[in-house]
Amino acid sequence: MTTTKAQRVAFGETLVELIDQDPRILVLDGDLANSTRADIVANARPERFFEMGIAEQNMAGVAAGLATLGFIPFISTFAAFSAKRDLDQIRVVIAQPGLHVIITGAYSGILTGKTGKTHQSVEDITIFRAMPNMTVVAPADDVEVRKAMHALVYDLNGPAYLRLTRDPYKTIFDDSYHFQIGKGVVLADGEDVALIGTGEQTVRCLEAADLLAAEGIRAYVLHLPTIKPLDEEAIIYAARRTGRVVTAEDHTILGGLGGAVAETLGEHYPTPMKRVGWRDVYGESADNNALLEKYGLTPRHIAEAAKALLK
Amino acid sequence: MEPLTPQRLKELEEVAARVRARILLAVHHAGAGHVGGPLSCTDMLVALYFHILNVDPNRPDWEDRDRFILSKGHSTIALYTVLAERGYFPLEELFTFDAIDSRMQGHPDMTKTPGIDMSSGSLGQGLSPGLGMALGARLLGKSFRTYVILGDGESQEGQIWEAAFVAARYQLDNLTAILDYNGLQQYGWRNAPGEHMFPPIENPAQKWQAFGWRVIETDGHDMAQFTAAVEEAQTTRGKPTLIIAHTVKGKGVSFMEDQYDWHARVPTQQELVAALAELGQSDLLVISQGGD
Repeated sequence: MTTTKAQRVAFGETLVELIDQDPRILVLDGDLANSTRADIVANARPERFFEMGIAEQNMAGVAAGLATLGFIPFISTFAAFSAKRDLDQIRVVIAQPGLHVIITGAYSGILTGKTGKTHQSVEDITIFRAMPNMTVVAPADDVEVRKAMHALVYDLNGPAYLRLTRDPYKTIFDDSYHFQIGKGVVLADGEDVALIGTGEQTVRCLEAADLLAAEGIRAYVLHLPTIKPLDEEAIIYAARRTGRVVTAEDHTILGGLGGAVAETLGEHYPTPMKRVGWRDVYGESADNNALLEKYGLTPRHIAEAAKALLK
Repeated sequence: MEPLTPQRLKELEEVAARVRARILLAVHHAGAGHVGGPLSCTDMLVALYFHILNVDPNRPDWEDRDRFILSKGHSTIALYTVLAERGYFPLEELFTFDAIDSRMQGHPDMTKTPGIDMSSGSLGQGLSPGLGMALGARLLGKSFRTYVILGDGESQEGQIWEAAFVAARYQLDNLTAILDYNGLQQYGWRNAPGEHMFPPIENPAQKWQAFGWRVIETDGHDMAQFTAAVEEAQTTRGKPTLIIAHTVKGKGVSFMEDQYDWHARVPTQQELVAALAELGQSDLLVISQGGD
């Protein structure tokens, strides 16, 4: 693992890459391009960048209209807004008709650069996975952002929600990594406990696995970049292999990754579980480490949840 | 657009009378649906689909066709009826309106019905996809035009004004919105003081002009006047156009006109007979009963 570029930078760069190879790709911005880094497109390929202003409902509808003509629009705003300010528009003119629009949620989770609860998205995964026709993807690092964006353009013909983070953390994949929509990725093998993560929390699951290894506990680490469709087979395998499951997400534990895994195991392979994530609360503004610590999202919190299951 | 000759106008007026009758028959048959709004926009839909729009019922997915969005989706039975009269699908299918597995859903569904360019039903949402289509046409270098019928009630939704602002910002002169200005909404401000209820939106011309649109006012039941308004919109450069079509909710049936309780009321058998007689379409009633 090395320090790396931010997911949002990979997002902007990959958009340019996609635009250069595909005339269908367009970017619609909700007046946040210099934050989401859609400005990389605005500067490099201005003819494919459309400012929609601070008007998310209209932006979603415009994307739907463009999609009916064969364009593949990326809607770009913060996750806190993309899941709520235009939710009914996404439901009626994107999800119900099944149009190929990629909704990107920048600055997802709690690490939003000291902006506080209005700008933190605690429930976007839950909302989007409840929507029929919607694919939901939360990449772990910059490499996976790029691979996932290509997959959402070329291996999908329907709406998707792409959940992105603000700050650079660590890169865990190299360019040989093959991303497949709906497939989990096993990152470490072990038989004592399974750590299942999505988004950047998968990186912290790997760090938690190191902490556990130091105490002689062997963790199985499963990354689920796609929360919908869910790789149920991979989840059940992890549960069978270890008999104990911890989920980790920078998101509420209600209905997100933890909820999805619990639904799957409850129905197919009941297994003792702990869900690490926001515990039905809104956040606040503070620096990243203080937030991760206070809201229980650090590798140590994940390791402690695993140990609690082993008692 | 071909000139609208007196002969052609007369034909279109006959189509409109038939469409009104079939709307009432379908709603009566389904035991559900809207009446006032569909009758309010019937003449405009007939003028659009039989005279103005460059469309081909045999090729509903033709990529160069003009686009049409019924933003006030609850009036969809009027659109279905016009599409059926135009030959997009059999007239008999109108009697499956609102039934299980039907292509005639309670609100427009682009995944089910041939000729529906955009799903709608949740109000205030139709102008934005129209904006996307107009913007996309420009990007593709295509000359097709996009038309959106808005309700005056749904003009209370903020999204309409988001779209109004952005469409003007992009100078989309290939986009025409048509306001079905019948002055009534489902419930509204019923207890307002004075003799009259407040209209859903006041001074729409001022508002849209302030947002940067060309505004043309017309009679939404006079197909010649309405067609002339659309032609004027087509020649406008550098800005989108709003046509304010002055209409009457429930138009064509005396006891339904201007009555807000006919927004979504199902006519009884007796009311249906009376309405079809007024429309000069009693023969359709016989056909429908024979087919039941």
